[in-house]
Amino acid sequence: MKKRKIAVIGDPSSVMIFKAIGLDVFYEEQPAKIERRIHYLADNNYAVIYITEKAAIQVQEAIAMYATATFPAIIPIPSDTGSLGLGMKQLKANVEKAVGADILFKEG
Amino acid sequence: MATNVNPTRMELTRLKKRLNTAVRGHKLLKDKRDEMVRQFMLHIRRNYDLRLEVEKALQEVASRFSLAKAQMGVLRISESLLYPARAAVFEVGVHNVMSVDVPTVKYTGGEDVADIPYAFTFTSSSLDNAVMELSQYLPKLLELAEVEKICNLLAAEIEKTRRRVNALEYVMIPEMQESIKYITMKLEENDRASTVRLMKAKEMMAKAEVKAKAAEQKKAM
Repeated sequence: MKKRKIAVIGDPSSVMIFKAIGLDVFYEEQPAKIERRIHYLADNNYAVIYITEKAAIQVQEAIAMYATATFPAIIPIPSDTGSLGLGMKQLKANVEKAVGADILFKEG
Repeated sequence: MATNVNPTRMELTRLKKRLNTAVRGHKLLKDKRDEMVRQFMLHIRRNYDLRLEVEKALQEVASRFSLAKAQMGVLRISESLLYPARAAVFEVGVHNVMSVDVPTVKYTGGEDVADIPYAFTFTSSSLDNAVMELSQYLPKLLELAEVEKICNLLAAEIEKTRRRVNALEYVMIPEMQESIKYITMKLEENDRASTVRLMKAKEMMAKAEVKAKAAEQKKAM
């Protein structure tokens, strides 16, 4: 198996810093381009794609396409302007899907 | 539904076999679902904690980074970060949780966080801090990716399994039971009908015999 890689997609000011720790960074801001980038990365052996929530919110469909595949894992991260709560929303949705009720966030 | 099956013994045996399989499958799927939910609960808690932590850390990094940007200017920063000093070291594998293939991403880079990809001459200390902090959080970031993907996949699989369990429990199995009941009733009914017919025939034959005997006796007299 070829070596799998990790990518980061987002606007330059949010994700430029990821270059310093050796991840592959792609600057994309338009929905069509983000989408194309996601498909391209998925085809090119990327295991994990971090994507800023700002970008992720524009391409939900493309992300949903890879939701049931083992690779890549598309993970929303907060951008430089703060979190939009997309990651948490997804987490909650998962709980509801699996258990049928939101049992995790009531207690804490 | 139950009325459009053939009330034959062959159909009955076939249905009984299918019912057996369905019941066994139902039990297995139910066990699978329960175990998957257990696994899911383990992972989702970790996912929640990790996400909180990573989001907080990334915001801190972002604020440091924007400070650095203000101090140095965007051009200089992108120039310093142009070439990565090191590749992120990690291992990717596939792990099987209850027949769901989930990825494993493991950080294998060790503890050397002090690698900075640029010279210190023209850069501000905020940038150093931002980079160091981010590389400190890289293992956490990778773990988040792994756990979140596992949760995603498990949630989808649990939903599917639950649908299967419910379909078996509330549709398939009752339907088959009804069909079996219908066939047994029909067969019993047929049995009774043929017994009655036989009895009737026997009675008629007996009557005819009695008549014949009486006629013979009359003739003899």
